[in-house]
Amino acid sequence: MGIFGNFLKKFLKSLFKKKGEIKLGLYGPPNGGKTTLANKISMDWLGEEVGIVSGIAHETREIQIKEQITIKSKGKELTFNLVDTPGIATKIDYEDFLKAGIKEKEAKTRAKEATKGVIDAIKWLDDMDAVVIVLDGTKDPYSQVNITIIGNLEARKIPVLIVANKIDLKKADIKKVQAAFPQYDVIGISAKYGKNIEDFYEALFKITNQ
Amino acid sequence: MLTLQFIPYGELSSLSSEKKIQKLLRIVREDKIVLLEGKLGINEKSELIRKTMEEIDDKFKGIEIEDLDLEKKDKAFFEKIRTIFINFILGSRKGMTIIGPASIIKEIKKDPDKIQLFTEDTKKKKKK
Repeated sequence: MGIFGNFLKKFLKSLFKKKGEIKLGLYGPPNGGKTTLANKISMDWLGEEVGIVSGIAHETREIQIKEQITIKSKGKELTFNLVDTPGIATKIDYEDFLKAGIKEKEAKTRAKEATKGVIDAIKWLDDMDAVVIVLDGTKDPYSQVNITIIGNLEARKIPVLIVANKIDLKKADIKKVQAAFPQYDVIGISAKYGKNIEDFYEALFKITNQ
Repeated sequence: MLTLQFIPYGELSSLSSEKKIQKLLRIVREDKIVLLEGKLGINEKSELIRKTMEEIDDKFKGIEIEDLDLEKKDKAFFEKIRTIFINFILGSRKGMTIIGPASIIKEIKKDPDKIQLFTEDTKKKKKK
């Protein structure tokens, strides 16, 4: 769909949207901590988890949605549907799953599911109202995957918040992430330990214009 | 043996995005590393990732991709913004893109004015 088509789709969608139907997407490369953050948000406000977290890349291979999450901060309320997406990558090697101790048949199935997950995540970009890009703060932010996701959102005029996750780790470097994407708000958090999570919730109000 | 295939901008500029991506993937699937004059548009990049995912199987593991800007840094501000926006959407003749099979390229690092390409077999550093 062309850029004009995207604008038209967004305009029509906004005309018929009901209150509380904001789709907030969590996007990023594999193992950045998207599901850990989704679980943190959902546990904080609904008391239930969204998905399984593991150290093996591509653990999330399907779009996972948690509907009607309402967050509150400083007298304000924001209700959204949280969309946790599979990590976007340019390569998926089933042998990486073998190295993680998974049997060959299962490894090949996982790889196939992971490729489908990436395709779905890209497809869903058009449907998002706002997106949180979850990056591993210990890794190099200048990757083509990151640039491609953020560039696509920019072209579609979808508001973006960048999260540099894993700031509990010594190697994390928020300044490097800020330097890579100077035009965006970057918030350093630890989704695992809840560090700086209040600032993150506050930033969600800003990107959703609430 | 490592094979590099240079593709001048003119060879792809007349093709539709779909044909462009098909051609790039066909070359990469022949275990060649593509040196493309110019940069892909942002929609073309996501389409390249999508198409790559469709083609991944036991033998083809995907791609590594990186691009480099060759824009003059002393351009007037508004001219620079205009150029960036147009190039971002449509792609650009200026710059260079490297695309290769993930089974051969271990990693591409951008520094950000140079590209370092690490191959899977030799792990020797190549620079462009």
